[in-house]
Amino acid sequence: MSVPRFWRRLKNLYNLIGTHCKKCGGFFYPPRNMCPKCRRNGVIVPFKFKGAGEVVTFTIVHSAAKDYAKLTPYILAIIKLDEGPRLTSQVICSHEDIHIGMKVKSAFRKLGEESDRGMIYYGTKFIPVES
Amino acid sequence: MNVGIVSYGVYIPRYRIKVEEIAKVWGANANSIIDGLMVYEKSVPDMDEDTITIAVEAARNAINRAGINPEKIGAIYTGSESHPYAVKPSSTIVAEAVGATPDLTLADFEFACKAGTAAIQTCMGMVDSDMIELGMAIGSDVSQGAPGDALEYTAAAGGVAYILGKNNQVANIESTYSFTTDTPDFWRREGMPYPEHGGRFTGEPGYFKHVTSAAQGLMERMGTKPSDYDYAVFHQPNGKFPTRAAKMLGFTNEQIKPGLVVPRLGNTYSGSCMMGLAATLDIAKAEDRIFMTSFGSGAGSDAFSFVVTDKIEEIRNGAPSVEKYLENPIYINYATYARHKGKIKL
Amino acid sequence: MRDVAIIGVGCTEFGELWDKSFRELFVEAGVSAIEDANVQGGKIDALYVGNMSGGRFIEQEHLGALIADYSGLASLHIPSTRVEAACASGGLALRQGIIAVASGYHDIVIAGGAEKMTDVGVETTTDALAAAADREWEGIMGATFPGLYAMIARLHMHKYGTTQEQLAAVAVKNHHNGTMNPKAQFQNEISVETVLNSVMVADPLRVFDCSPITDGASAVVLAPAEIAHKFTDTPIYVKASAQASGTISLHDRPDITTLDATVAAANWAYKMAKTTPKGIDFAEVHDCFTIAEICAIEDLGFVKKGEGGKATESGLTALGGKIPINPSGGLKACGHPVGATGVKQAVEITLQLRGEAGKRQIDGAEIGLTHNVGGSGGTAVVHIFGRDR
Repeated sequence: MSVPRFWRRLKNLYNLIGTHCKKCGGFFYPPRNMCPKCRRNGVIVPFKFKGAGEVVTFTIVHSAAKDYAKLTPYILAIIKLDEGPRLTSQVICSHEDIHIGMKVKSAFRKLGEESDRGMIYYGTKFIPVES
Repeated sequence: MNVGIVSYGVYIPRYRIKVEEIAKVWGANANSIIDGLMVYEKSVPDMDEDTITIAVEAARNAINRAGINPEKIGAIYTGSESHPYAVKPSSTIVAEAVGATPDLTLADFEFACKAGTAAIQTCMGMVDSDMIELGMAIGSDVSQGAPGDALEYTAAAGGVAYILGKNNQVANIESTYSFTTDTPDFWRREGMPYPEHGGRFTGEPGYFKHVTSAAQGLMERMGTKPSDYDYAVFHQPNGKFPTRAAKMLGFTNEQIKPGLVVPRLGNTYSGSCMMGLAATLDIAKAEDRIFMTSFGSGAGSDAFSFVVTDKIEEIRNGAPSVEKYLENPIYINYATYARHKGKIKL
Repeated sequence: MRDVAIIGVGCTEFGELWDKSFRELFVEAGVSAIEDANVQGGKIDALYVGNMSGGRFIEQEHLGALIADYSGLASLHIPSTRVEAACASGGLALRQGIIAVASGYHDIVIAGGAEKMTDVGVETTTDALAAAADREWEGIMGATFPGLYAMIARLHMHKYGTTQEQLAAVAVKNHHNGTMNPKAQFQNEISVETVLNSVMVADPLRVFDCSPITDGASAVVLAPAEIAHKFTDTPIYVKASAQASGTISLHDRPDITTLDATVAAANWAYKMAKTTPKGIDFAEVHDCFTIAEICAIEDLGFVKKGEGGKATESGLTALGGKIPINPSGGLKACGHPVGATGVKQAVEITLQLRGEAGKRQIDGAEIGLTHNVGGSGGTAVVHIFGRDR
């Protein structure tokens, strides 16, 4: 991902800042600037999610694209935030412990980097609540 | 001085490697190393952790512990000898990740293991002069020891953040004093992966001269003596150096015990004595007096005198303690450690 | 709107075709379709080329012009359009061709698809395919395509008790069908144990749960139904062409184990063809992963939600079963050159309905369905074909 493209999303990735439609009460992470329910009648404002949620489903990725190969095997999961929306992220825990329904909270981690010379991408992954 | 610690937070990665495991790889005698260093194991970062992620977790813990409004933080200084970027501040990422941008000043500090206490002093000056309301000083490192080098047994990962201000102090800073000379006991050249050090030269002319001079200098200036303090914390490159420095200065083993975190943690470099102070604050009561002296190779020491206030009880449980982070470690072998530390080139 | 018929089909062999380039593959498929249809190149009114990622796989865009030129049609200035919807690019190219003929805008149209995937390393291929997901919110978190479908599989197993053996049964069946398809990438039998003992890609999906990386091209010639008999004795009629969109990200889909775009496209298609799932004799569905075929037969209405695994294990979808699925070998065994797949499915249906499918011929097949998916379900294309108009 190019530098401007990451930079544009950096606040979202660092702090789980998504959006909220004041008209219908919907919460969106990843952020949407068009409410899928109210569309042009929606009133979209930024919203910071608490970072608590639970694992909806998961996999352990053994074969990854180039930038992620050094992390394999890693846990990829869909997480449902307490406020409602679902997102895709990694869960940092033992492969024996991961399960559907696991309560998780956000953690600040490196997402990847563009080689040894390129920039480093940081963002939000998840860890079990009990740790 | 009317500046003090308003909150603090720490972060230590889950992984540990035991001295025996490292010694086994290099055919060394683990028991003599443990006896010599008084270190049993050290923390190791996860593959996606670095100085910045550790600094952010510590900073968020500091903010959450006392319910600080991050927009009131006017300065952030991150001290480290392992900033991920040679050029580009770690502190901008920390500031963004804690929600302190854009109304603040910041910079990264480097002074071997004492960059974090230098950051505390800088924040003290800025708070005392009313340039800022709150300042954040961070010491964070994923320190490097060359494979097979003596440093490999102790070079650990961890971070500590202190928020300094005038109001709602949990520990007042009575005074600070620094002692600095040009003493090349340890360095890392630009672009080099591991530091070099002067072996035994790092001891007497480096660590002991600077630590004892700064400590004595502060006590002389304040008219205090070791028995006036409930606790003392010294920079902990291993367990032996701070124990010996304490003895040389007249502090007892009981005074340094709560803050001596190095045997189970290793040397967190810029986070080292700041972690010891945090562990001491975790158990301190109102009116307790704490003495702290850092050391950074190159070389210099910053000595501080703190008095704990009754506000400490209000924020004590607002974030995980040092002990909490030291519990339930995940032990890894040398191969996994090498992978985590990027020692295997892909 | 006019009725549309397929009057010719062509397909290259599928596999790692080291000595063939993208343009050669497409021309080979196109020429055999034209010969099959018995039309002159000069009669062609338009070309539609399905391709997912020429930019990443062969660093070539502007594929419409490239194909027109190398098909010898540049001097005739025949319009040629590249169509992209990730792995549904082929199905979409076919649909664009059908719409062009149905509307009366064009008469004779070639709809084809091609992908050349082996000119780059596997990590680049993985990354290029991951571009079918949401790069900013899935890709950056380390999502891969096997990873996304593995998360569907995990939840399907959790909710419906689907087993790894049932997933494996999809691969075993499709490999068996592939043994009878001379164009298929894999023409060998495998067992459930082969699948369960293969290397893990994204838990619970193993290498043999995944479709391979494939080079290949396929093409059909379309004509208005009223003149189809001028070219062939066995025109195959398009009874329905439907396309539906879903969320680009798997995490945003209302039910992760249901591709609601498939459900929507299928419902429209059944309505258009005035039929129901029961009226379909056989189908070519999008089995990019074994779990994808299980979801597909559920979402297309052939079995109840949650029963796809059991149905496959029981032989319901085998060649001699009640509703044969993927007689060609599917994406799993025939291969998955992503842009070509949707068109290849129509080629297989045509061969089956004409009675030209050889050893894998389904007796008495009259109505066949194709189902082509882009990404984790952001696009679904469903076509229904019949022997009678």
